[in-house]
Amino acid sequence: MTALLETRGVWQRFGGLVANSDVSISVGRGEIVGLIGPNGAGKSTLFNLIAGVLPPTQGSIIFDGEDVTRLPAAARCQRGVGRTFQVVKSFETMTVVDNVIVGALVRNTVMREARRKAHEVLEFTGLAARADVLASDLVPAEKRRLEVARALATEPKLLLLDEVLTGLTPTEAQTGVALVRKVRDAGITVLMVEHVMEIVMPLVDRAIVLDLGKVLVEGKPADVVRDPKVISAYLGDRHAVGA
Amino acid sequence: MDKNFAARRRRDLIIAAALAVIAALTPLFVKDVVVQNILILTLMYAGLSQSWNILSGYCGQISLGHALYFGLGAYTTELLFTKFGVLPWFGMLAGGVVSALIAMGLGYPFFRLRGHYFVIATIVIAEIGLLLFHNWEWAGAAMGITIPIRGDSWLKFQFARSKLPYFYFALLLACVAWFVTWWLEDSKWGFWWRAVKDNPDAAESLGVDVFNSKMGAAAVSAFLVAVGGSFYAQFVSYIDPESVMGFQFSLLMALPAVLGGIGTLWGPVLGAAILIPLTEITRFKFGGSGSGVDLIIYGTLIVLISLALPRGLMSLFSRPKKTGATR
Repeated sequence: MTALLETRGVWQRFGGLVANSDVSISVGRGEIVGLIGPNGAGKSTLFNLIAGVLPPTQGSIIFDGEDVTRLPAAARCQRGVGRTFQVVKSFETMTVVDNVIVGALVRNTVMREARRKAHEVLEFTGLAARADVLASDLVPAEKRRLEVARALATEPKLLLLDEVLTGLTPTEAQTGVALVRKVRDAGITVLMVEHVMEIVMPLVDRAIVLDLGKVLVEGKPADVVRDPKVISAYLGDRHAVGA
Repeated sequence: MDKNFAARRRRDLIIAAALAVIAALTPLFVKDVVVQNILILTLMYAGLSQSWNILSGYCGQISLGHALYFGLGAYTTELLFTKFGVLPWFGMLAGGVVSALIAMGLGYPFFRLRGHYFVIATIVIAEIGLLLFHNWEWAGAAMGITIPIRGDSWLKFQFARSKLPYFYFALLLACVAWFVTWWLEDSKWGFWWRAVKDNPDAAESLGVDVFNSKMGAAAVSAFLVAVGGSFYAQFVSYIDPESVMGFQFSLLMALPAVLGGIGTLWGPVLGAAILIPLTEITRFKFGGSGSGVDLIIYGTLIVLISLALPRGLMSLFSRPKKTGATR
């Protein structure tokens, strides 16, 4: 079976800074893949390249059998890439349901259908009770959830989650984890960037560790956390020796 | 929830219809020509501001150069009429199309600009337009165009004896602009525009065609404003660059929407209903030329409103519940 998403030898340079060098990863259908790594490892850059915010300096990105390297974000969304933003970007002057309708309009041109879809997604993500509230009045955890809801309304094949679990209370994070599982059970592939190892590791099927712009290690979460290279990247060489 | 939403839209429509009927009946009671004149201008600016609101309020692309489209509507109509004998009704349509095309042509480079840079570009372009018409001999240059009066006629849309036909056309313009906004508000375009205004990056990630959203808003907005300009030319029956393309028109389209509530359905109507009579009355009472008292009153009001209610008067009746809304 072919992978849903594949990056082939992707490079991204910002002037003299190399944010991604020769990154080749693949995400299979129905997987939950975690993209982790210390600060400045190039996770967010890779994420933006996959979402289509900017084209890579070099290399190609294949989604669902199609080369999407040069396609802008909106076109990728139409092909089935949904994303959230690390710094939430709600439509602040619009109500929660109106936020989600914007996403739903990708696949539903009739307003009535889009509205129905939006309510369905709000139900799914547990935001139904807040449908008529202005997005600016949501608490941070709800805003994160709205990001996910909006992306889900576009009916993606691949959902890119950018640190949706970071900065939440343990209870909120647990509800978040449950939601991610639910999303996968609905048949959507998930690629998530995360910081907090103890939350992601039990959740993901596979982890890809980036360090200094390169893929450092890739594998089952249990193996990845024990890998000396990973420990050294996070904590320094001294700790790696002990492991 | 859906029921609430549909009910609210229906209620808006009923209120608008009721207001239109009341407005249509006012000439039965108001015979004073000065007051009729104020009513006509109020309705016209309500329509213009409503049209401005589509691009600047809903889509968030603040334009302070809409005088250009107003002037283009006026000039297209009158040039076609005086030079080629084309009836103003066709001229009105032509003016709308010309303005919409020019708005898109200008949008092509300028919609890549964000925030203040876009606003500055709109001002500059409108000023260039003004200068071009000032120097364009064939279009009358600074002398302008006097529309030949050949007796009252609906065909030629000119009336010397009564202001009522103008009144009803201005009412129609206000109604059409309102209805177009109402209709677009619950459409894909309406949602796209608001998304583009609030956060273009997020909109893009949700499949919104940001650039074409702006182009669409610009075209609709410019078309309607040009129709207003065309009407105004017929109404005053004399145009020159300053009197149809001056910067004050750009302001007078923006201010009612800002005062009433930018990006809201009722903001422009409410703002125009307060602002335009106030402008006209202060000018009338305190003697326009030179004294400036009217402008002092006008300016004070705007400062007070923007300090007390930055989101406009409509925020007093803000629709979505602030917190804890439940079914």
